[in-house]
Amino acid sequence: MKLYEYLAKEVFARRGIPVPRGGVASTPEEAEARAREVGGPVAVKSQVLAGGRGKAGGITFADTPAQAREAAERLLGTELKGLTIEKVLVEEKLAIRHEIYLGVAIDRSARRPLIIASAKGGINIEEIPEEDIVRRTVDVAVGVEPFVGREIVRRLGLDQAVGKQVADILARLYKVFRANDAELTEINPLVVVEGGRVIAADGRLNVDDEALYRHKELPYVEERTGLEKKIHDLGVSYVALEGDIAVIANGAGITMGTLDTLMYYGGRPANFLDAGGGTGSDEMAAAISLLLETGPSAFLVNIFGGITRCDEVAKALIQARQASGADVPFVIRLVGTNEAEGHRILRENGMEAFRSMAEAAQKVVALASSRASAAS
Amino acid sequence: MAIIVDESTRAVVQGITGHHGSFHTGQMLAFGSAIAAGVAPGRAGQSVHGVPVYDTVEAAREAQDINTSVIFVPAAFAKDAAMEAISAGLKTVVVITEHIPVHDAMELMSLAEREGTTVVGPNTFGICSAGTCKLGIVPNQIFSVGGIGLVARSGTLTYEIVASLTADGLGQSTCVGLGGDRVAGLDFVRVLRRFKDDPQTEAVVMVGEIGGTAEEEAAEYIKTEFNKPVVAYIAGKSAPPGKRMGHAGAIIERGRGTFQSKVEALKAAGTAVAELPWEVPGLVRSALAV
Repeated sequence: MKLYEYLAKEVFARRGIPVPRGGVASTPEEAEARAREVGGPVAVKSQVLAGGRGKAGGITFADTPAQAREAAERLLGTELKGLTIEKVLVEEKLAIRHEIYLGVAIDRSARRPLIIASAKGGINIEEIPEEDIVRRTVDVAVGVEPFVGREIVRRLGLDQAVGKQVADILARLYKVFRANDAELTEINPLVVVEGGRVIAADGRLNVDDEALYRHKELPYVEERTGLEKKIHDLGVSYVALEGDIAVIANGAGITMGTLDTLMYYGGRPANFLDAGGGTGSDEMAAAISLLLETGPSAFLVNIFGGITRCDEVAKALIQARQASGADVPFVIRLVGTNEAEGHRILRENGMEAFRSMAEAAQKVVALASSRASAAS
Repeated sequence: MAIIVDESTRAVVQGITGHHGSFHTGQMLAFGSAIAAGVAPGRAGQSVHGVPVYDTVEAAREAQDINTSVIFVPAAFAKDAAMEAISAGLKTVVVITEHIPVHDAMELMSLAEREGTTVVGPNTFGICSAGTCKLGIVPNQIFSVGGIGLVARSGTLTYEIVASLTADGLGQSTCVGLGGDRVAGLDFVRVLRRFKDDPQTEAVVMVGEIGGTAEEEAAEYIKTEFNKPVVAYIAGKSAPPGKRMGHAGAIIERGRGTFQSKVEALKAAGTAVAELPWEVPGLVRSALAV
């Protein structure tokens, strides 16, 4: 789950990371009030979950509360990078002297948190030359002791006054990362302002979805919309694609392999849907019904059972097909745990299952293309 | 021989009284695995498929000869269970549980590294040495004994490929499930190192997928140090960037972890890469014939 900048900054502030003075607004009137509270020039920043907001015109500056109100009027309710702007963050305009990048991510190979820092911040980390980036993994059993910060700022080449503040902010940012089960937390830019104070001008905090159950204190930010949300709520993984063959398989690898196989035979998958291990009949049936609503020309179910039992899958398929009443052709590939029982149930209900993935894939591609040509 | 689990493995099942724990204990026993004990807090004195249940791993270890754990407990309790097994001195811990928070995984890997414990998973189908020991959820009937080692990030795709190897008369030494999460106890390189020293293993099949750089790291290792033929299949050719394809780890992020990058690195290392899963046995046969 990604938090909006204003929410990430609230979390940062609670951990003692300096953030600009200001507040969030949902209406132009609120924006004007926030600007008045700040006093002086402000930045009005669109709150959407996308990078590059500045370049896209989502961040403007205002010298007076009236101008802040006008800026909010222009931004609120419009779309930025395909996302509707529902809130703006109004905060003091900073007199920027220098921009730093500071982040904590996960190093998959090292199996540890990874500190990423650069004295050349303010642009996307991918655009910073490799030689200007400092990286260091952290043992979670040790954490970020002060020496880590001293070493990072030494390698960044920061002067002592700034370095001391950056080292302190790094230790706090690491605590934000750990305490919130973050996948990524980032301050870009971390700004050195005229006078030498260091302030987090932006904030990113992405929380591990698997750990949300223990973060009831965080507001829930819904990124998914419509069908994606409905299917996700069933407890299965879903990604919409552009083709016309609906796909359900169990297991991420086999689902990806099924899509790759369909494309190999000239088919176009409509979606990725990994029903996972141990998905119950009701959820499977509900997922099938939702996919049928998207109007696919054919449906491929590919199940190689592990935890998933073929007999449960067979029951779910029959239930879903009966409930939908749709005439979309189903091609079923079913092998694995309790296979014989699964096939028996399907046969008793007038359905047939393939054992070969190649045959099933070719069959569904043929059915989809004959329906497409019949329709045209 | 085989790697990580074999005829000397004596396992405890943590979470043995749960729906999956109990079902798969039956399956593992049917495979012939030595399941010596089960653990479920508050259930001491019960038995599951004839396996005695204890309250803690240490209690199980006092009463039974065990050296390995296989964990089926729910995600919120899995870190605790794995740490319990590591602290009890078991040499291998297989974590089947999926949806474990990634910070929990990092914490348990940190402990495992200090204690020298091998962690398989999390979010894995487990590990199986054909003919001797299976710990996990992979179906029993697909295996046959032979010289092909297999290491994979995904479960069901592995079942597919193992079944096709068996159908083709290519038996297996050990099949290792790395798991689909971002932070896992083993990776391709760690497993290839063990296959290198295993006399039973003649060739290795790698089943990779988009996301991360483990396949690229494996390619580097294969090029410089590995001594046996490798055949790979990589899933996710059709995956759009920035979308999580089921596994927490299967995502193309910031341009890294693409299908093309993995396939190019592996081909440059002399590895044959299958376009479709069932092409693997043929490629293994030709690799062995060279």
